[in-house]
Amino acid sequence: MPAQVVTVTSGKGGVGKTTAIANLAVALASNGSRVVCIDGDIGLRNLDVILGLENRIVYDIVDVIEGRCRLKQAMIKDKKLPNLHLIPAAQTRDKNAVSASDMNRLVKDLRSECDFVLIDSPAGIERGFKNAIAPADRVLVVTNPEVSAVRDADRVIGILEAEGKGPGALIINRLNPALVKKQDMLSADDVLDLLAIELIGIVPEDEGVIVGSNRGVPVAADPKSRAGQAFRNIARRLMGEEVPFLDLESTGSLWERIQRLAGRK
Amino acid sequence: MSFLDKLLGRKNSADSAKERLQLVLIHDRTDLTSAELESLRDDLVATISRHVEIDVTGMQFGVEHDGRSQRLVADIPIKSAHRRRAARKSKTK
Repeated sequence: MPAQVVTVTSGKGGVGKTTAIANLAVALASNGSRVVCIDGDIGLRNLDVILGLENRIVYDIVDVIEGRCRLKQAMIKDKKLPNLHLIPAAQTRDKNAVSASDMNRLVKDLRSECDFVLIDSPAGIERGFKNAIAPADRVLVVTNPEVSAVRDADRVIGILEAEGKGPGALIINRLNPALVKKQDMLSADDVLDLLAIELIGIVPEDEGVIVGSNRGVPVAADPKSRAGQAFRNIARRLMGEEVPFLDLESTGSLWERIQRLAGRK
Repeated sequence: MSFLDKLLGRKNSADSAKERLQLVLIHDRTDLTSAELESLRDDLVATISRHVEIDVTGMQFGVEHDGRSQRLVADIPIKSAHRRRAARKSKTK
């Protein structure tokens, strides 16, 4: 079966696109899928450090496009998961070094080689974003339950519709259940009501994500992490499974608070 | 939301966020500013008034969203023919 090409985008920067890609890649590869990630953020390369592969880079995406190396040479194999590869962004070039047709050609060559191609889009709605969505079969829009992130996600969804890429599916990242409970954060339902697109995952705020990025080991590899669990569930949904959404609201119940006070959680 | 906010009857911040976003998204999606909407409303009132007498004070007008599509919704009360006839009579006297 040819690969499914999934682009992750957001409009606003800093909402967790790269973290989402890295975690989905790890979760999919752990399930046995052959995964290739492409960092589409030319000039602001980051997926390599989040995956802990920064020391292995020899060639990058622009080297492939400009013919300085073969595709296989730019594919960096993960340290732990042999079926996970990264094609890094070029750090010393700008977004004009790549065109949408370059991306289409590159991804076409990858389709027969793997099960999933995951493309990390840069923030914004300009050329780098257009390049990243050009080859996509499916687009995931990452947002946070926060006014500017939701507004930018809505803009991106509008552009995706106009470009014939469907409205996309939504990942609500960094939801803080305690703040939602205090009614000081938009709930997942509020965000869905505003954006009115399909939901593919809700990821709770989790300190483990920062620890994971410090170490270059995404939380999806940690069986105890709640954010990791949320990303593993999204990966299974991408594979076509029906997975119920995590009950994040339950963390505030009296019994759980007592357990936490007693140091059991 | 703090206890003080509740005591003062202040709205919780999540509701404010949602309400503000609802308005912002309608404008972003339709590319209509509040001023443009107002002038559209005035034109509508002028046009309809040429055919039938309406009650402008009881009128509701705005953009509502239904999923990802927007619709312009106008609810315009028409003054009853009875009252209009009475008014016309008093004028002709």
